Amino acid sequence: MLKGWVIVTVSFAYLGLLFAIAYYADKRADSGRPVIASPYVYSLSLAVYATAWTFYGSVGRAAADGVGFLPIYIGPTLMIALWWVVLRKILRISKRNRITSLADFVASRYGKSALLGGVVTIIAVVGIVPYISLQLKAISSSYNILVHYPGVVMPAALGAAPILQDTALWVALILALFTIAFGTRHLDAAEHHPGMVAAIAFESLVKLLAFVAVGVFVTWGIYDGFGDLFGRAAEVPRLSQLLMPMEGVAGAYASWVWLTILSMLAIMFLPRQFQVAVIENVDESHLKKAIWVFPAYMLAINIFVLPIAFGGRLHFPLGDVDADTFVLTLPMAEKQELLALLVFIGGLSAATGMVIVETIALSTMVCNDLLMPVLLRLKRLRLAELPDLTGLLLAIRRGVIVLVLLLGYLYFRLAGEAYALVSIGLISFAAVAQFAPVVLGGIFWRGATRSGALAGLLAGFAIWLYTLLLPALARSGWLPISFLESGPFGIELLRPLALFGLSGLDQITHAMIWSMLANIGLYVGVSLSGTQSAAERRQASVFVDVFRHESGGAGFWRGTASPRDLYLMLARFIGAAPAEATIADYARSRALPWPSDDLVADAEFVHFVETQLAGAIGSSSARIMIASAVKEEALTLDEVGTILDEASQVVLYSHQLEQKSRELENATAELRAANERLKELDRLKDDFISTVSHELRTPLTSIRAFSEILLGDPRLAADERTKFLGIITRETERLTRLINQVLDIAKISSGRADWQMTQVDVREVVADTLARMSQVFREKGVLLVEQLPERTPPVVADVDRLIQVLLNLLSNALKFSPEGRGRVEVSLRVLAGELRIDVRDNGPGVREQDQPFVFDKFWQAGDMLVAKPPGTGLGLHISRQIVEHFGGRMWVESREGAGACFSFTLPLAATGASLQVGPGR
Amino acid sequence: MKPGRRTARLVALAMLGCLLFNYPILALFNRPGTFFGVPVLYAWIFGAWTVLIVLMARAVESDD
Repeated sequence: MLKGWVIVTVSFAYLGLLFAIAYYADKRADSGRPVIASPYVYSLSLAVYATAWTFYGSVGRAAADGVGFLPIYIGPTLMIALWWVVLRKILRISKRNRITSLADFVASRYGKSALLGGVVTIIAVVGIVPYISLQLKAISSSYNILVHYPGVVMPAALGAAPILQDTALWVALILALFTIAFGTRHLDAAEHHPGMVAAIAFESLVKLLAFVAVGVFVTWGIYDGFGDLFGRAAEVPRLSQLLMPMEGVAGAYASWVWLTILSMLAIMFLPRQFQVAVIENVDESHLKKAIWVFPAYMLAINIFVLPIAFGGRLHFPLGDVDADTFVLTLPMAEKQELLALLVFIGGLSAATGMVIVETIALSTMVCNDLLMPVLLRLKRLRLAELPDLTGLLLAIRRGVIVLVLLLGYLYFRLAGEAYALVSIGLISFAAVAQFAPVVLGGIFWRGATRSGALAGLLAGFAIWLYTLLLPALARSGWLPISFLESGPFGIELLRPLALFGLSGLDQITHAMIWSMLANIGLYVGVSLSGTQSAAERRQASVFVDVFRHESGGAGFWRGTASPRDLYLMLARFIGAAPAEATIADYARSRALPWPSDDLVADAEFVHFVETQLAGAIGSSSARIMIASAVKEEALTLDEVGTILDEASQVVLYSHQLEQKSRELENATAELRAANERLKELDRLKDDFISTVSHELRTPLTSIRAFSEILLGDPRLAADERTKFLGIITRETERLTRLINQVLDIAKISSGRADWQMTQVDVREVVADTLARMSQVFREKGVLLVEQLPERTPPVVADVDRLIQVLLNLLSNALKFSPEGRGRVEVSLRVLAGELRIDVRDNGPGVREQDQPFVFDKFWQAGDMLVAKPPGTGLGLHISRQIVEHFGGRMWVESREGAGACFSFTLPLAATGASLQVGPGR
Repeated sequence: MKPGRRTARLVALAMLGCLLFNYPILALFNRPGTFFGVPVLYAWIFGAWTVLIVLMARAVESDD
């Protein structure tokens, strides 16, 4: 019953169903009710990860080494736990920058570098071709096996078919047509393919259903549950060792770990995974479901791998049936035609799903990041002037899809037969793992540079070529096998499978260690030793700080473009109607007029068009197109001025802030000084009060003592009484004088003193005063000598105060002059601009150490404890205050034992005033 | 849920997974014997895997 035409018909019917689903989903999406707006559809579409390799190859690997297939699914589970951190960030970045593919992402991150985008594209295509050949191999083998039903014949036994009868070629061509119909019917500005996603999600269900059906059939149909199956396997020595497979295998854990890491990276960086997980994602919140639904899917599709593997080994003990085909051959051997057909369809689902998404992703990359940047730069083609480029874009993509599938077929013919499915898949995994450093580094490390990314990628890719791809070709006989065994040119150290003598590891682990070392090492090393351009720095910030920036931002851009030109350009790439709608949306959201020439093509608008364009042709091509349409101008002097102004404004603010803080510091210092002065003054006031009280108490004590004597002894002699009363009178006078002087000081220092300032003839005042004092001097036997000029210019002063000063100085001189032979000289001289008065005595003089203090309050000559001289100790202080108030100075010159000379000066009145001078009094 | 809490839980689960499916924990179960008829190593891997997925689901879906 399973004739070739039946299988082919069922297959085409199935593909037709897929197409119908895709068509329906596209229609729903166009009408605004997309079926893919469900987190479950998103999660199932991620299961495109499970390809024909999973479907057939896992069993093959399990039959060979037990658990060796599991890291390929456990690794992704671990990575998905980190998706909340990593993929969410990539999603946000991609949506904001309208990233269209993995190559676009890398190119955009490193300063929209077309070169880097091209390198990523080439690595992706070369790396993925083996993987696509694997799918072709799976479909053609499964067809060839199924078509021989009820016999179980291995395709290898049939020998290579001539090329036109080769099923794989036809499979490749049919898949190419199917993919073209799926993915490139029209050009979407956002590279969304809702129809494809819906079909992929459906395929994921089919392959899971088919695989679980076989698993259930083998476990409970052929055998009697897990216990029975594993129990029987344990009895066969060759199989029992698979039950604890890690034992005694050198490097088993190392390859387990590396395989885990490899698949952790593959789940993110396989172009088709990036396509469904990032590009086709319509809602960031779908991630929440996907984080557990997708791992659960992987768990479910793996549960029956081991039972089928052991079932197959038990069922075909001779080893003449390839373990990769157990999924299909077991139902066939048990004569389950329908189940076998379901398995074939499941395998077809797995393979077509992968091929469709992968080739669409690759075609986008090749078109946007490899061909368009080159074509647009070729001036001869005049591409930029064509009115409508959508047709060209679609043609390129369709061509690339056919090309990639034919390359896959070529690899299948060249190397496919030499390897099991799993090994072919792992070669591709290792290739895409090379993207991990530049992408992960790019979203978390601001300092990564374009040169670093380029160096790392090229080095990692070169080592991948050398240690994985060349050996694969050598094994298939396309290179001399001696290349593997003794190295190129016989250099043992360069053997591709034991580079630099590193041996004892499986091929994948070995390749991963060396390629990652070179890749990460150069990426980090070159990045750290180089510098970033402005564009790189900007993009680095846009990527790394995506959760902080609100929008990509137009930055400093200056150019002229007409909005009409920009619209026409957009229309050429995405079609007139979508372009019109997009720009109208933009205008509406900003309340701008459209269509009208009033819409200004400012930096924001140009940036908007560039991102829209990037959605269709990738960021590097978009950059080139924008550059061709927009005359970018150097910033004018004015604009530089504006930018500088903004910067200098900030600098100014900071300066002002600094100044304010300096002023504050100064004010604080002043306050502190004022505070110190206040404290000092407070202390002085206390001193003053205590001194004054002391000075008041002395006369009071004697007054009181003598009064008590007078009061208590009425029989006191009259002369005694008179003497005592005399003392009391003198002491009272002294008290009065003291109090007057204290009041004087208070008045002068508080500025409340009543100054009668007039023009004064000093000579007359001095002469008067001396005349008044002459009697006292004579009584004490002190000679008073006066040296006065004929006349003196007038000064402005208070006459009474001036007399007070003279009296004070004279009485001091008299007080300290020796009785009988004393001599006091008073001289008045006219100096330049001032008068100088000296009062010189021949008393004991003032000790040098006391001279600075004689004008202080309550300073008294001699030792206060031993002999109390007459006087209050305030006279000189008051005198100096008065002289200083007149604008003069007062000082003392003295040598101990040789008398003292007190001098003061008075400034002369202004000459204008002196004309009106009359006699002072 | 406080921002960052979901992230922290998921990162912790990823690290837990790295421990569970690695040497030496894995080596503990690489021995003869069965668990309900299933070899212990297989039982361990699938059991731990299931638990990990359940914990991930709880971590990402919970709103506390």
